[in-house]
Amino acid sequence: MKIESIVENVTINIDGQDVEVPKGINIIEAVKMVGKGKEVPHYCYHPKLSIAGNCRMCMVEMGMPMRDRATGEAVLEEDGTQKIAWMPKPTIGCATNASPGMHILTGSEMVKESRNGVTEFLLINHPLDCPICDQAGECRLQEFSAEHGRGYSRFIEDKNVKPKRSRLGPNVTLDDERCILCSRCVRFSKEIAGDDVLGFVDRGTYSTLTCYPGKELSHNYSLNTVDICPVGALTSTDFRFKMRVWFLKRTHSICTESSVGANTEIWSREGKIYRITPRRNDYVNDTWMTDTGRALYKEIESEDRLIHYSIEGVHKAYDKAVVAATELLKSGKVAMVGSARSSVEEQFFYKAIAERCGAKVFLVSHHGDGDGLLQSEDRTPNLRGALLTGLISELPSENLEALARAINSGAVKTILAVNEDLTDLGISKDVLAKVKVIYVGSHANRTSEVANIVLPSLMVFEKDGSFINQSFRIQRFKAAIPGPRGVQSDFMVLEKIAAALAGEKATAITIDSVWERMTATIDQLSDSLRWHSLPEEGVALDATAFLNLGFVETKNLKYDPVAFREAHAALAEV
Amino acid sequence: MSQQETRLIFKHIDEQGYTNDIDCYVKNGGYEQLRKAVTMRPEDICAEVLTSGLRGRGGAGFPAGMKWKFLDRKSGKPIYLICNADESEPGTFKDRQIIHQDPHQLIEGMICTAFAIQAKLAFIYIRGEFFEGYKILERAIEEARKKNFLGDNILGSGYSCDIIVHRGAGAYICGEETGLIESLEGFRANPRIKPPYFPAALGAYQCPTIVNNVETLCDVKHVIEMGGESFAKIGTPGNTGTRIWCVSGHVQKPGYYEFACADITLGQLIYDICGGLKPGRKLKAVIPGGSSSKILRADERFIGKLKDGTEYDWGIEDIPMDFDSLMAVGSMSGSGGVIVMDDTTDMVEALANINYFYAHESCGQCTPCREGVPWMRKVTQRMLDGEAREEDADLLKSIADQIAGRTICAFGEAASWPVQSFIAKFKDEFVEKAQEQAARRKEGKETAETTTLI
Repeated sequence: MKIESIVENVTINIDGQDVEVPKGINIIEAVKMVGKGKEVPHYCYHPKLSIAGNCRMCMVEMGMPMRDRATGEAVLEEDGTQKIAWMPKPTIGCATNASPGMHILTGSEMVKESRNGVTEFLLINHPLDCPICDQAGECRLQEFSAEHGRGYSRFIEDKNVKPKRSRLGPNVTLDDERCILCSRCVRFSKEIAGDDVLGFVDRGTYSTLTCYPGKELSHNYSLNTVDICPVGALTSTDFRFKMRVWFLKRTHSICTESSVGANTEIWSREGKIYRITPRRNDYVNDTWMTDTGRALYKEIESEDRLIHYSIEGVHKAYDKAVVAATELLKSGKVAMVGSARSSVEEQFFYKAIAERCGAKVFLVSHHGDGDGLLQSEDRTPNLRGALLTGLISELPSENLEALARAINSGAVKTILAVNEDLTDLGISKDVLAKVKVIYVGSHANRTSEVANIVLPSLMVFEKDGSFINQSFRIQRFKAAIPGPRGVQSDFMVLEKIAAALAGEKATAITIDSVWERMTATIDQLSDSLRWHSLPEEGVALDATAFLNLGFVETKNLKYDPVAFREAHAALAEV
Repeated sequence: MSQQETRLIFKHIDEQGYTNDIDCYVKNGGYEQLRKAVTMRPEDICAEVLTSGLRGRGGAGFPAGMKWKFLDRKSGKPIYLICNADESEPGTFKDRQIIHQDPHQLIEGMICTAFAIQAKLAFIYIRGEFFEGYKILERAIEEARKKNFLGDNILGSGYSCDIIVHRGAGAYICGEETGLIESLEGFRANPRIKPPYFPAALGAYQCPTIVNNVETLCDVKHVIEMGGESFAKIGTPGNTGTRIWCVSGHVQKPGYYEFACADITLGQLIYDICGGLKPGRKLKAVIPGGSSSKILRADERFIGKLKDGTEYDWGIEDIPMDFDSLMAVGSMSGSGGVIVMDDTTDMVEALANINYFYAHESCGQCTPCREGVPWMRKVTQRMLDGEAREEDADLLKSIADQIAGRTICAFGEAASWPVQSFIAKFKDEFVEKAQEQAARRKEGKETAETTTLI
């Protein structure tokens, strides 16, 4: 599906060069669009928040074509070119919208002088504690102070004193002295999170950011305020003082918390993840993500992590466990409990395995309350992937009572369970004892404890793959850190099993060779598409085949089920 | 030039036996203009006000009729009228007299204006400290309501309007019209960015709104009474009507005096009307339009050309008191607060006092004002505390230059103009201060005389 809206373009002149930009776009965005790396420095402006215009850093000089007041005719210079009426004062770029013929200077003397002034003002009461500040390295104030400003201080008075470490909520700690009062966090809480808890108290230079009395910044989006804070005022209580940001490697990933599939960035060093932040994707999550989604990496080192291949509770070599699993699957009467938490690639293999051993596939739903923003009702990241790969053709059921009946009737003798605790889903331990169980998963549970064969799998942070989100957008995630030692990549294990079931020899595969097979069999994936060439913002897939399924997601930040269905139905008719 | 006061707005102020109740007001011809106004077509009243050349009395001197013309009437949203009674410019004390002594004049002017712009509802935003004035207004509005000068179907005209009095909490910034609107709506009085939030299009509750000063709204009543053309004959072209000059400082008879524009010179105002300076003192400087206007030095010569082309060559005493002349000499008539300083004034101390005020009143929303103005206060305070440096004068000017024209609202200018003009005209005193202190330090003496700011 392609979302195309007709945008009228206007020609404006930026620093002497005529450029075409969408009408009404503000000057910061216009310069960014055409500027070849040129940027209008700014603090308070954020593309996804309302305009505040309070930092005064994005000052530009603005002029409009001069017109005769009486006749309305253009006034020309002596050489016949249009005369420009320049405004006597600089104007803020964030609140200046492009209109035809507008002239902008982003580097004139007046502009430079104005930025230098603002920079000096912001620094006089700033603690300048960059050496111990978490924001250092990704601090707008630090960056712009290097670029603008005088380079020396004329301020010999005493600096203002404000609270240094206030707890704003469970996840956020505030250093008021560093705050430049840009109000981004205030606007975010009010406009996006819908929980108006932050505000300024006191006046003038004593203005102080704080929570309203009796309230705290406890909504599930509180850490976004830390992301958008241009300085080190709002810090993540979790990440505070843990690591300098310039040591961290950034890997693009996808949040697995729900079917929204928020785009994320994993910040890691030497195989250890330090934090997860959102990555901008205007189709999916804008620039936001949930606090709970950011904490998911903590499960990597949890004590119940499965790190050994085992048969009947005894640690075994990886290939032995795979052979044993294959033998079990060959013995017939197999059922598979798949997972909407597996990647598309894995589901593709599970589908092949199910076909080759004649297994009926069950899938269980994981639902929760949606928050209308970035946490949808479906708490799995890849249900659409299971549909697209053909692993399932109907929506998953709430429990596995049907499977329990099949076991009791003797129709099922072996179960391949992926990441699900069957004892939680209507299959009691006694029933489970009647069958052989192969468990594939990253963490131990009661099913893995009784499983005959355990194949440990990797977490999303440790492998490459893709998910298909609520709006059928296929998105790529990359391995940020290596998995536990000895644990093999999931689709390599699955390839071995699948090949053996078909009596073939397993081949050494890469993710793109998996994609070669996938695109050949899955209609919705165009043949030339490869994992490596997936665009950062993902690819929207054709969902027409699945429109009649009653997905549970209700309207949230970027997804409206009704509008989605209508748009796709309309597309299908064309 | 005559030296007779032209009391138009202040006609009954301080009059023996004149009380602020409605009976007294009606007895003196009150609410007659409202009776006349509601029979007129609203657009005709607007046209009369435009013809009258009435300029805003709050400070900027913008023509009121023009302001009304900018109203966005196409949006279909209700129109609001707000009376700015947040009189807090240091040196100004005219609106308080109107509210205390002649509240019905304001109410009549407001209903006339509300009718002219077809406002749905009118507000009086009154400064928090004016508690007495608030009570008086509430009573007066109740009186007016009872007589149907206010409320539903005013005087049978079919037009309905009410006035709500809203008390501020005592912040100077609430006098800035968009800050006032924010405060009225119940928020922090952070002025809005313009564009897009011009009150005439997106004012109170995002509806078209007119904000006028108390004195301006009273003037509207007189425009209706005498007609725009006759009103325009008071004063000079472009400077019509009367101005109330609030004279304070080192004069014998400080107080409020109402004169037709350009009817009097600054010299006449100080020496003839206000009884001159105290014996043995000499005039040093005058701030002509409230503390934010630029200071005039007593021995300056003002030479130049007026807007209409006439050349002038004035000493400080020759400056005619009107909008354009004070503008021409590089200051402004502002809110009419004339602050007179004689030769005993320490200019550093005077500026420190002004800086203290503006640093205290900055709302803190935008960077240059929030950080720059308190910095200027810290510098002048330090100079008084005995740590003055010769380079402080240039530093002060540089800080002020970095503020003016870079802020969300005009507060930036209001706070930097005094500094810019004090330094431009009295820089020697700032440098001398530093030298004096340095000399005393050398002698091992205390560098600062004890000075306490408010």
